[in-house]
Amino acid sequence: MTPDTPPSDRIVITGVGLTAPNGNDLSEYRASLLEGKSGVVNYETRYVGEVLAGVCDFDDLRYQRRKEVRRGTRAGSISIYCAREAVTDAGIDWEQVPKDRVGVYLGITEHGNVETENEIYEISQFEYDTKFWSHHHNPRTVANNPAGEVALSLGITGPHYTVGAACAAGNAGFIQGLQMLRLREVDLAICGGASESIHTFGIFASFASQGALARHDDPTKASRPFDRDRNGIVVSEGGCLFTLERLPDAQARGATIYGEIVGHAMNTDATDFVLPNASRQAECMRLALNRAGVGPEDIDIVSSHATATEQGDIEECKALAAVFGDFPHVSVNNTKSFIGHAMGAAGALELAGNLPAFQDGIAHATINVDQLDPKCGLPHIVVNSPRQLESVNLILNNSFGMLGINSVLVVKRFESA
Amino acid sequence: MNPEEIRQAIIDILTRIVPDEDLSELDDTVSFREQIELDSMDFLDIVMELRKQYRVQIPEDDYVHLDTMDGTVNYLVPLMRDIQSPA
Repeated sequence: MTPDTPPSDRIVITGVGLTAPNGNDLSEYRASLLEGKSGVVNYETRYVGEVLAGVCDFDDLRYQRRKEVRRGTRAGSISIYCAREAVTDAGIDWEQVPKDRVGVYLGITEHGNVETENEIYEISQFEYDTKFWSHHHNPRTVANNPAGEVALSLGITGPHYTVGAACAAGNAGFIQGLQMLRLREVDLAICGGASESIHTFGIFASFASQGALARHDDPTKASRPFDRDRNGIVVSEGGCLFTLERLPDAQARGATIYGEIVGHAMNTDATDFVLPNASRQAECMRLALNRAGVGPEDIDIVSSHATATEQGDIEECKALAAVFGDFPHVSVNNTKSFIGHAMGAAGALELAGNLPAFQDGIAHATINVDQLDPKCGLPHIVVNSPRQLESVNLILNNSFGMLGINSVLVVKRFESA
Repeated sequence: MNPEEIRQAIIDILTRIVPDEDLSELDDTVSFREQIELDSMDFLDIVMELRKQYRVQIPEDDYVHLDTMDGTVNYLVPLMRDIQSPA
């Protein structure tokens, strides 16, 4: 966003709905982040056995009947919960909203693995006779499923779809909403990301085979980005959806504004299936900053992507050093240290947990850093305890994923003047 | 299984498929769909559960017999006569 951006192209966040392993609304979640409360627990998964995971305990019957829960998917239930919480939080009079002017843009890392694994397990009990394969499989596994369940639940007749973007998906869904508002395709965007990944054994087994699945005697200590003794990812479920509106629309109805999206960027490493690329990540951050019309010195908080893998953390720190190295006042934190890696929801949850900093001026910490890895030894990292800042005006949110997908958001504290 | 046991088996399946419905007042002579919210996918769940739990195969042409509880039980009696009730 630049000074000559017309008001109708300015996009603001007016509602937040979320479920995280350590909170089922923004205030509970924020309190957990400030208190250092983890959401990682022991978890049993098919074939793999005991693992660690971030598990959500939101009330799935708050917005769905039992039959709807049974008919749909876990990602659908998570998304419905988040969407309806966001709409309520935004104070929108839903009855009066033209439903054909609402769009649902939901980031996902993957979808369908849970149901496919379940069905294969089910027919294994019947000698793999496919007559026992569920007729629900296709509607549950189509890639738009979680967004479609939101549309069904809220009677939304505008566009709905998911954005497949690996672990950059939370930001990617958000960016799609932003763009569709600017294109006047919709007047209200419900966007962000969701993940049901802990219900598929495959993701645990694959990370284990890759040597990238976290293990620790104390589940709350398992997710430890930037720590020398980190040993991999804690897989989590969760969701976070925002309501985005054009600034004049939000102001006309007197909405509470959490922040204004002033910069965004997505790019691609084009170098490897799984290994990140610090140069491309840095380019992505700089592109987002340029679009925001600000410099790295203007950023107060960087919400890092780091997942507690050996190379991933180091590469991101190289990128952060390249962009922010001359500005040690910038505070870098990490949400995965509390809740693990919520995959498609990660970027959205990580942004949401930092938004209250615009009001309280606090950068929540990165917990579980007993010995900061010298290779991640940035002066910026907020280690173990929250940091009170003078003020927070700009937050930069990183979210990266496999196949070299990078995404960055820059969000500014909203000032009406 | 006798007709009463078959009826209970159907009630058990419906309890799982339409968990929000009160089945205690179900009229066995009236179409399921007139009494409870049961769409085509739910109906296929009944067929699937009979297949999974009792290995009963119901050809699509015979679905018409499963409109009411009475019709369903009458249709299933010869197919489930030799099945032991799980209870």
